[in-house]
Amino acid sequence: MTEQATGAHHPQPRARNSGGSHQPATVEHVTGAQSLIRSLEEVGADTVFGIPGGAILPAYDPMMDSSKVRHVLVRHEQGAGHAATGYAQATGKVGVCMATSGPGATNLVTPIADAHMDSVPLVAITGQVASKSIGTDAFQEADICGITMPITKHNWLVTDPADIPKTIAEAFHVASTGRPGPVLVDIAKDALQAQTTFVWPPHTELPGYRPVTKPHAKQIREAARLIAESKRPVLYVGGGVLKAGATAELKVLAELTGAPVTTTLMALGAFPDSHPQHLGMPGMHGAVTAVAALQKADLLITLGARFDDRVTGKLDSFAPYAKVVHADIDPAEIGKNRVADVPIVGDAREVIADLIVAVQAEHEAGHKGDYSAWWKDLNRWRETYPLGYDLPEDGSLSPQQVIERIGKLAPADTIFAAGVGQHQMWAAHFIDYEQPATWLNSGGAGTMGYAVPAAMGAKAGQPDRTVWAIDGDGCFQMTNQELVTCALNNIPIKVAIINNGALGMVRQWQTLFYNQRYSNTVLHSGPEDINPEARGTRVPDFVKLSEAMGCVAMRCEDPAELDAVIAKANAINDRPVVVDFIVHEDAQVWPMVAAGTSNDEVMAARGVRPDFGDGEDD
Amino acid sequence: MSKHTLSVLVENTPGILARIAALFSRRGFNIDSLAVGVTEHPDISRITIVVSVESLPLEQVTKQLNKLVNVLKIVELEPGSAIQRELVLVKVRADNETRSQIVEIVQLFRAKTVDVSPDAVTIEATGSSDKLEAMLRMLEPFGIKELVQSGTIAIGRGARSITDRSLRALDRTA
Repeated sequence: MTEQATGAHHPQPRARNSGGSHQPATVEHVTGAQSLIRSLEEVGADTVFGIPGGAILPAYDPMMDSSKVRHVLVRHEQGAGHAATGYAQATGKVGVCMATSGPGATNLVTPIADAHMDSVPLVAITGQVASKSIGTDAFQEADICGITMPITKHNWLVTDPADIPKTIAEAFHVASTGRPGPVLVDIAKDALQAQTTFVWPPHTELPGYRPVTKPHAKQIREAARLIAESKRPVLYVGGGVLKAGATAELKVLAELTGAPVTTTLMALGAFPDSHPQHLGMPGMHGAVTAVAALQKADLLITLGARFDDRVTGKLDSFAPYAKVVHADIDPAEIGKNRVADVPIVGDAREVIADLIVAVQAEHEAGHKGDYSAWWKDLNRWRETYPLGYDLPEDGSLSPQQVIERIGKLAPADTIFAAGVGQHQMWAAHFIDYEQPATWLNSGGAGTMGYAVPAAMGAKAGQPDRTVWAIDGDGCFQMTNQELVTCALNNIPIKVAIINNGALGMVRQWQTLFYNQRYSNTVLHSGPEDINPEARGTRVPDFVKLSEAMGCVAMRCEDPAELDAVIAKANAINDRPVVVDFIVHEDAQVWPMVAAGTSNDEVMAARGVRPDFGDGEDD
Repeated sequence: MSKHTLSVLVENTPGILARIAALFSRRGFNIDSLAVGVTEHPDISRITIVVSVESLPLEQVTKQLNKLVNVLKIVELEPGSAIQRELVLVKVRADNETRSQIVEIVQLFRAKTVDVSPDAVTIEATGSSDKLEAMLRMLEPFGIKELVQSGTIAIGRGARSITDRSLRALDRTA
């Protein structure tokens, strides 16, 4: 995490009220609400996404006067939560969202759960009914601390205004350190209204919170020894490497060892896609070579990854020949799904830095792994089973091609945010990610509707960079209202709707596993027997819808116009742009490992089972 | 499956019991017994949890518990090096004929008779769960009208205290 993200540890008292230059603390007599806003200013929260309402209302009065905290008024609290997540992912800082009690707070539940699954540092601040009313089923009361207990790293209910600065400092500290994650601070309305004293820096108390960041030297040496001994190692890299800001170190380690690298869906951008040692993404829809490499490996060097079921497939047949080095900052991840031969608890950046030194020591002692036979296999698989797609025979737009061209025509440091489904997998495959914080998606939770608000948050945090949301027509209809927020707050994102008129990923499963019975996955028209006239009507008209929300909107149906439309979208930077790409509805995501089967059963394309020459490998 | 006794030191804050109980249920771990009380330090509570799990899931339980911000320390107390106690209060049907036999059993198990009425005797007994089970088996034929049992509490043998270091951690932040 960056210095800003751990702002709680580096409080910088404001000059305004410090009479003497050595004054240790800022002390102000204020309301609880003012204390909250002052605390947010002190921890360095520059952007808050939210919507006011009864219980949080007192906080919005001093918010109006703050010159340091920008509040972005969203259209739905879910948008606020995902925007804060996108902001955090794009900037490395803590994302902040705010909502009122009851329904305001419960609307944050999905983005909080999403951030929890993807370890995103997020602080959610919610208003609560007055402390005397808590537990009485008061108007707009919800036990949001109870509701979010399993999906937050920690949460706090504040009923004493004096606790506000301390709680905000602790919240930012917990969210951003160790394994990052969402936290929630629920503040009773009377605590916001009461008079209190604002003291900064506050005295924080977290005796039970001590994340381990420094890895154990003996384990590091053992890992280096295994790397030198192995014949078929793979660096299995997860999102923890991005969270730790360890991409430079990873490149050094990869090049030093010469081992192949696979980056999970959460780690795209942690290692340049263009690097010759990069095999691609592993998992259910991973590149054949990446999937096969893990299956055939004799050593997994697992860095900030968690053996998620979407990566491992059927767990007991995953990487059957491999010893496992597992480094993670969260001790509970180690040994959770796969037993680790060498467990390493620590921050990925420190782990990799120490590994580099230990591997160098092995090399100096004359122990360097020889992976030449391994690379021969890997390169053969790579050449035989590259990622690819066929263009539709009817001349309609190929969704893969649309996404690939957007990636190719976008400026170098463009940030891409995807929704969930086929378009997400295609965006993972066909856009090259060369640097960290260029790929935002909902990996663990798989939250449809993530893209538009997350892109908004990323653009708010990185206003000088181009931000493209790659969205599906299903996802887009869940959260497109945030385009209004973008239009009215000068957050000019670009949205590509990969419009196949269906819930594409579900439709793909129906094609493959449910005898082409397309139950409830057609989006562009109603069920035929109910309203035949609606068939093919493309309701809603995304161009009109987007224009109504203050965006520039275009439609593209012809492959010949594809590049021109994308170029036009890239050229508009003063307003949000939406492009409705009408694509072929039967395009599918390949490769694929069917759910519940072994990764050995990976299919390169429909009916195409790769030949790994297993006889000679074993 | 084997039984394991975990002593969990926690900050004495509202909601901590809910956090721990919810963690067990959502991660699919079963609690055999649970007992909570304050320690010698008013800011620290001690939760004694008995779980039936294999050793690998036990490691997961411990690691997940450790992630709770209000949890200060977790120690597994091995039966050989710790004293474990439960408390039962049991109301046994008794008449003039059986009362003396019941009192004899009470004495054998070093339990106490805490209430007597013409039709029943209420007994208080402490001990390991084995001992209490044995006593209840002996009392069963007389007719158990009501039984209430505490969770297990446990403490390590010897002079060392598991709270020492946690207290120091707390003092540092105070």
